[in-house]
Amino acid sequence: VKKSRRCVGDKNTKSVFCLPPQTFDKILIANRGEIACRVIKTCQKMGIKSVAVHSDVDASAVHVKMADEAVCVGPAPTSKSYLNMDAIMDAIRSTGAQAVHPGYGFLSENKEFAKRLAAEGVTFIGPDTHAIMAMGDKIESKLIAKAAKVNTIPGFDGVVETADDAVKIAQQIGYPVMIKASAGGGGKGMRIAWNDEETREGFRFSSQEAASSFGDDRLLIEKYIDNPRHIEIQVLADKHGNALWLNERECSIQRRNQKVVEEAPSTFLDSVTRRAMGEQAVQLAKAVQYSSAGTVEFLVDSKKNFYFLEMNTRLQVEHPITECITGLDLVEQMIRVAKGYKLLHKQEDIPINGWAIESRVYAEDPYKSFGLPSIGRLSQYQEPLNLSNVRVDSGIQEGSDISIYYDPMISKLVTYGATRAEALSKMEDALDNYVIRGVTHNIPLLREIITHPRFISGDISTNFLPEVYPDGFKGHQLEVGNRRELLASAAALYITAQLRSQKVLGNLRVSSTPVECTHWELCAELGEGLYSMEVEVDGGKVEVSGQWNLASTLLPLTINGTDRMLQFKVRVLSKLAAELNSYMPEKVAEDTSSILRSPMPGSVVAVSVKPGDTVAEGQEICVIEAMKMQNSLTAAKQAKVKKVHCKPGETVGEGDLLVELE
Amino acid sequence: HPAFLLPDCRRYSVGHLSVKERIDMKRKAALVGGGQKRIDAQHKRGKLTARERVELLLDPESFVESDMFVEHRCSDFGMEQDRNKFPGDSVVTGRGRINGRLVYVFSQDFTVFGGSLSGAHAQKICKIMDQAMTVGAPVIGLNDSGGARIQEGVESLAGYADIFLRNVLASGVVPQISLIMGPCAGGAVYSPALTDFTFMVKDTSYLFITGPDVVKSVTNEDVTQEELGGAKTHTTVSGVAHHAFENDVDALLNMREFFNFLPLSNQDPSPIRACHDPSDRLVTSLDTIVPFETTKAYDMLDIIHAIVDERDFFEIMPSYAKNIVVGFARMNGRTVGIVGNQPKVASGCLDINSSVKGARFVRFCDAFNIPIITFVDVPGFLPGTAQEYGGIIRHGAKLLYAFAEATVPKITIITRKAYGGAYDVMSSKHLRGDVNYAWPSAEVAVMGAKGAVQIIFRGKENQAEAEAEYVEKFANPFPAAVRGFVDDIIEPATTRKKICRDLEVLASKKQVNPWKKHANIPL
Repeated sequence: VKKSRRCVGDKNTKSVFCLPPQTFDKILIANRGEIACRVIKTCQKMGIKSVAVHSDVDASAVHVKMADEAVCVGPAPTSKSYLNMDAIMDAIRSTGAQAVHPGYGFLSENKEFAKRLAAEGVTFIGPDTHAIMAMGDKIESKLIAKAAKVNTIPGFDGVVETADDAVKIAQQIGYPVMIKASAGGGGKGMRIAWNDEETREGFRFSSQEAASSFGDDRLLIEKYIDNPRHIEIQVLADKHGNALWLNERECSIQRRNQKVVEEAPSTFLDSVTRRAMGEQAVQLAKAVQYSSAGTVEFLVDSKKNFYFLEMNTRLQVEHPITECITGLDLVEQMIRVAKGYKLLHKQEDIPINGWAIESRVYAEDPYKSFGLPSIGRLSQYQEPLNLSNVRVDSGIQEGSDISIYYDPMISKLVTYGATRAEALSKMEDALDNYVIRGVTHNIPLLREIITHPRFISGDISTNFLPEVYPDGFKGHQLEVGNRRELLASAAALYITAQLRSQKVLGNLRVSSTPVECTHWELCAELGEGLYSMEVEVDGGKVEVSGQWNLASTLLPLTINGTDRMLQFKVRVLSKLAAELNSYMPEKVAEDTSSILRSPMPGSVVAVSVKPGDTVAEGQEICVIEAMKMQNSLTAAKQAKVKKVHCKPGETVGEGDLLVELE
Repeated sequence: HPAFLLPDCRRYSVGHLSVKERIDMKRKAALVGGGQKRIDAQHKRGKLTARERVELLLDPESFVESDMFVEHRCSDFGMEQDRNKFPGDSVVTGRGRINGRLVYVFSQDFTVFGGSLSGAHAQKICKIMDQAMTVGAPVIGLNDSGGARIQEGVESLAGYADIFLRNVLASGVVPQISLIMGPCAGGAVYSPALTDFTFMVKDTSYLFITGPDVVKSVTNEDVTQEELGGAKTHTTVSGVAHHAFENDVDALLNMREFFNFLPLSNQDPSPIRACHDPSDRLVTSLDTIVPFETTKAYDMLDIIHAIVDERDFFEIMPSYAKNIVVGFARMNGRTVGIVGNQPKVASGCLDINSSVKGARFVRFCDAFNIPIITFVDVPGFLPGTAQEYGGIIRHGAKLLYAFAEATVPKITIITRKAYGGAYDVMSSKHLRGDVNYAWPSAEVAVMGAKGAVQIIFRGKENQAEAEAEYVEKFANPFPAAVRGFVDDIIEPATTRKKICRDLEVLASKKQVNPWKKHANIPL
């Protein structure tokens, strides 16, 4: 695990890696997963003792093993463990931690928590309470931003009370509008509405999600900027009124308002715009006497107009790409600032060295609305750390469970290069070398995004995914050449396995005259296609070689002279078996229009129908919540409800039968 | 020209043809079985023909057929007419190779009299079984038969009995495998039942003593063929079949894989295939697999997959008595039999069905020199009237008997609970386990802490304190380790490495049970 983060900063910025100043003896990390591991690494570097907190199911998690001490703060549900302030305060007292790093999410932007820490004289590694309060409330933050002369989006600056209010306000602003939780972040509790009906529905969902995620159901409404880019500025400020902007991160590739691929810098910004955005971000930080690391998010339209979206008063998930291009360790800077040190750098010291890209590797099924959570045990797991200029921030290892209780993120895969092209090509290699088995993951989608011509040219917006894949992501479409290579590899694998089966050691009763086969006729099932092949061992057209064996999880192959890293599942049959297979009956698939199955593991929040009800096509049948996200499941046809198999509060697995229609 | 006469050559008088031509003609007739029409009908049912099955099962061009010219000898009911004679009758028999290794095969031909069993049919099967016994090679039967040849009467019944006898004599001498690929009803079912493994094909194969019509008339039950004796019934409810496959092709290709695990006879060692998976591979994921709470389940299959070569595990009876997992795998290339309690199902306790399932598997391994690796996480035997009335005592004894009697290398790993009598049963040191390991999470005790404290300290206060003391004393591997009942307490990650090393040493193990005519397992 300790190897799992490689510093990919530039050599020119070694000044920031000078001996760490005296800060704290012991820091408690009030978080889990990769971010807890990330913070602990910096603590180790700075010679600070670390304390992990964990829920009971996380008792053997990586962050617990890495930390010097660990305290259990409650059972699995986050509300009883990682959000359990009483237990965390107890942990701080019992371990004598002098400071707390909250990571992101959980208590990172919780003013109450910051207050309680302050009351006990424990340092919160983050901004002061008033900044959290000011920026944590989207309504107030917008007013402050306006006053600080930061560009803001037109909208309604008050709290929306009812669905009717929401409709009235939406009509005033003009559709489309965005409904979002006042206390929100990370895309949770956010809905876009294009008409009155959607506004009502959005109001209902957003307030429910907001209540369950943040314990605060207040909503606000603003003009929705269609087809914008999401670009954010990293700021760093100290307690002495100094503030810096550490350049931008381009985070436009999103699904359901959650980021998937990020890069720094952005291909879209020129130095004038960058400076303007950076300066406004610093103005805002100064306006709230911000200290620590923070992020000012902007929407940027096609004419490079930018609008303030929100300020995140914490370390962002995607902070590693900023670290890569600036050479700064943001966690270290946060710890220094929290101790009261002045910033080490001036604005002109902040470089943009090279290019960094981050892919968020999730345990989710990318073929279902670009990613529905998947759970399971990582039966095999291997990070691509054999490659240079690759950083993997993760908090799991082979054998870890991805459970329904927490965010399904497996890791953040960061690649770095002198140029964007270099970083992208490295990302392609890294994704190909990543082995994840046991859960469904989104690497196919990530690889598709970073190799898409529109992404490569930099022509992206927050609508990239729905625009490029209007019918949803269907997986990579193989070209003829690639397919031929893949088939050749599959054939090579099949033949190797067949030849091995004939090698039984120490058994004298194997036929002494084995059939020497140099010509094979095979058939492969690839996706829905069937491909027949003639394979010549020694002398065929597609040449496959490489150092691998039948136990390898990764297949490094040289195909016609090109090096490829392969992982695949192709069923290969002999020609005879394939011919006979044509007599085999098709298994009748279940008629899915009259049954509703859970598309993912989660818990049932609401069931909107009862047996005997007649539902229209598209009508909501029930709502499933997984990883704090609510998903409305609808009827595939007009029908009468035959039987309801679930009730609110129940936990369901993927594929569980929920409701039967007639 | 003889070919010109096909496919209906049988209709011609053959007397005037030369012997050579008659040979050719018979051979060609044998190849088409019951004729193209019936072959088409067979295909339409989603089934392959007897010959297609043999061809797919065996290595290309390795099949050596015997008795192609055998015909039935029935002369009643017009059976003596030429048009009712089929060269080879309703079964294809012979020998061949699977990945170069010798195997004897019979494949019943449904296109000839519905694959029904005549005296000649039975004779053909008996012949190859006798040969298999003589040279020491497995027999695979591909069953697809409507039942007895009613026209032949008692001759057909005699044929069945001849086969049954050979099944019994061959039992424990050469592996016998039955693959049910169509109907198999009435007395015929007892041949597969006597063999070591019975596999079925989903949706197209049936096994029952009496069909739905008779059931209806006798017990007035309405039941379909599929419900009564389909693959699902026998792999989940009755435990008659050991695995079900999607279709004929899937089944036959899987048979080839399965065959690779087996030794050819009881005189041959467990086969060793070239292995690419390092035998000293550390399996770090095992260090976190056993949950902290002793009541929480985990999947024993995760442990098995992670430890064996290339995650390749051929599970036997995966859908029946799921509280025990049995199947074949390889360690450093060598075939091993794996037995494991499954904490995910009924906490992994032993009950009637799981004991019987485990016992039969252990005895197969022991008969054919296959080392047995046992993963133990067992809270005990399942209590209750259903189990007691069902005879858990004599059924549980089978598993105990099988482990105790086995003389093959036996390696046992206690992953968590090893409670009560079930601890003794699960290949314990006391039953001649060669190497017995405990993981640090192991608890070898008479029962769980709560139950034990309630008995020891009945009516006393401070139950919680007593429980804590009991946990401290017994809920760990030490009580067993200090007595030498486990040889070592090992880090889970090193399990694969240690097993591979031990198997190498145990390869030369020789152990003989006292002479007896045969043992008397509690049936």
